[in-house]
Amino acid sequence: MRAQFVLSEIGVGLRRNLTMTFAVVVSVALSLALFGGSLLMSDQVTTMKGYWYDKVNVSIFLCNKSDAESDPNCAKGAVTDDQKKQIQADLGKMSVVEKVTYESQDEAYKHYKQQFGDSPLADSLTPDQMQESYRIKLKDPEKYQVVATAFDGRDGVQSVQDQKGILDNLFGLLNGMNWAARMVMALMLVVALMLIVNTVRVSAFSRRRETGIMRLVGASGFYIQAPFIAEAAVAGLIGGTVACGFLVLARYFIIDHGLDLSHKLNLINFIGWDAVLTKLPLILATSLLMPALAAFFALRKYLKV
Amino acid sequence: MIRFDNVSKVYPKQTHPALRDVSLEVEKGEFVFLVGSSGSGKSTFLRLILREERCSHGQVHVLGKDLARLSNWKVPQMRRQLGTVFQDFRLLPNKTVAENVAFAQEVIGKSKGEIRKSVPQVLDLVGLGGKEDRRPGELSGGEQQRVAIARAFVNRPKLLIADEPTGNLDPQTSVGIMKLLDRINRTGTTVVMATHDQNIVDQMRKRVIELEKGRLVRDQARGVYGYQH
Repeated sequence: MRAQFVLSEIGVGLRRNLTMTFAVVVSVALSLALFGGSLLMSDQVTTMKGYWYDKVNVSIFLCNKSDAESDPNCAKGAVTDDQKKQIQADLGKMSVVEKVTYESQDEAYKHYKQQFGDSPLADSLTPDQMQESYRIKLKDPEKYQVVATAFDGRDGVQSVQDQKGILDNLFGLLNGMNWAARMVMALMLVVALMLIVNTVRVSAFSRRRETGIMRLVGASGFYIQAPFIAEAAVAGLIGGTVACGFLVLARYFIIDHGLDLSHKLNLINFIGWDAVLTKLPLILATSLLMPALAAFFALRKYLKV
Repeated sequence: MIRFDNVSKVYPKQTHPALRDVSLEVEKGEFVFLVGSSGSGKSTFLRLILREERCSHGQVHVLGKDLARLSNWKVPQMRRQLGTVFQDFRLLPNKTVAENVAFAQEVIGKSKGEIRKSVPQVLDLVGLGGKEDRRPGELSGGEQQRVAIARAFVNRPKLLIADEPTGNLDPQTSVGIMKLLDRINRTGTTVVMATHDQNIVDQMRKRVIELEKGRLVRDQARGVYGYQH
């Protein structure tokens, strides 16, 4: 009986204030969609890091004959067999190194042909012009510096290159975008909260006659406040549901269909449905509790009990 | 039932107190008129009883409870034992007569069966039998005040507070309302009524408490509106 009474009050309250309710739903939906989006974005970055760092190598490029003439790092001439042995031995002693593969000039030429076989430049290239190199896989990709200091500037070494550095720029960009999304989210959240507070205020004002009478006949504070809090929670939950819908649709249309990035960018390992689905309960709970709390504090100010 | 001990009330940002050092007692079953010009402190007096305000000095006891020591969350429990009637009726325009009365029971969690039983009973008592499904807008002022009294009385309060209940009504209608309040008083309910209506006070010959600039200037059994020596 009482539940029915309270529910009918909620319905009346939400309908009376339809435009405000709509504004609350939209702002909650947008802020929580951004919230979920930024969570998924950091998931995506983590997944990509795991995937890419696994494949990342540190390369030590050795001097060839043409480098010896043009590159100041190779002023002492092309690499000798002794130098190569020494490098290999040193690499073997380093604890951070997991695996070392040697790529000869011929192999480098072959790989190059495979990758850029059609370009006119590839036709003019000879195996002589390719560089020998050591491809080193590190146990911890962050420890690149150890290898760099040990081999940079050594005789016969042209350069030490860390592929992770290139990726880090990319991840830095993604992280930056993620933070930007979080800032927008925080702003939207503030807007949403202010809207909720204002909606509750208007709602409390338009129902001051009812609440005044409730107070007179001895309704408890909770009983008077519950409809307002429930109203805010229901509006928030609708917004949260919309936000969840956004996320699911975004995953569907950007990755699987529509933009279809999973096929177009098959070098990237995308987050799965599980990553999306695990975020939804968090978003729904936030959409329910946050407006309810905001309403509760707004009522302390605007509704005398 | 009600006891004021040296009660003063100063509202924030005001230098003159609304009540000064008021002491009095109202016994169970009494009918008390509270008179005085506008601004004399009548409303403050009633608001202190309803615990809408707390007094600045002194002690207010209502129904045996020290209101200063009553915690906020217990105030609703206390108000359930009071009935209140106002000059402006304070009815919900979109609810019917029966729903308005039932509202007082719904919000304190009475069962549907109880409500179905007590609402027609109390409407009969106030003389509105047969008008259960009307809305307040379709009723005369006197009838609306009867609905308000029915709502105040439906939970059988021990104390009924009436703030100028006849202030918006013509003399004839007022007499009807006073008869009703008198009947309620005879059931054992204590009635405290603030009023400006000289005729009513003079006719009823009940206890009269007069306030002037916040001071208690007269407390007279079987008194009249104006000062009598």
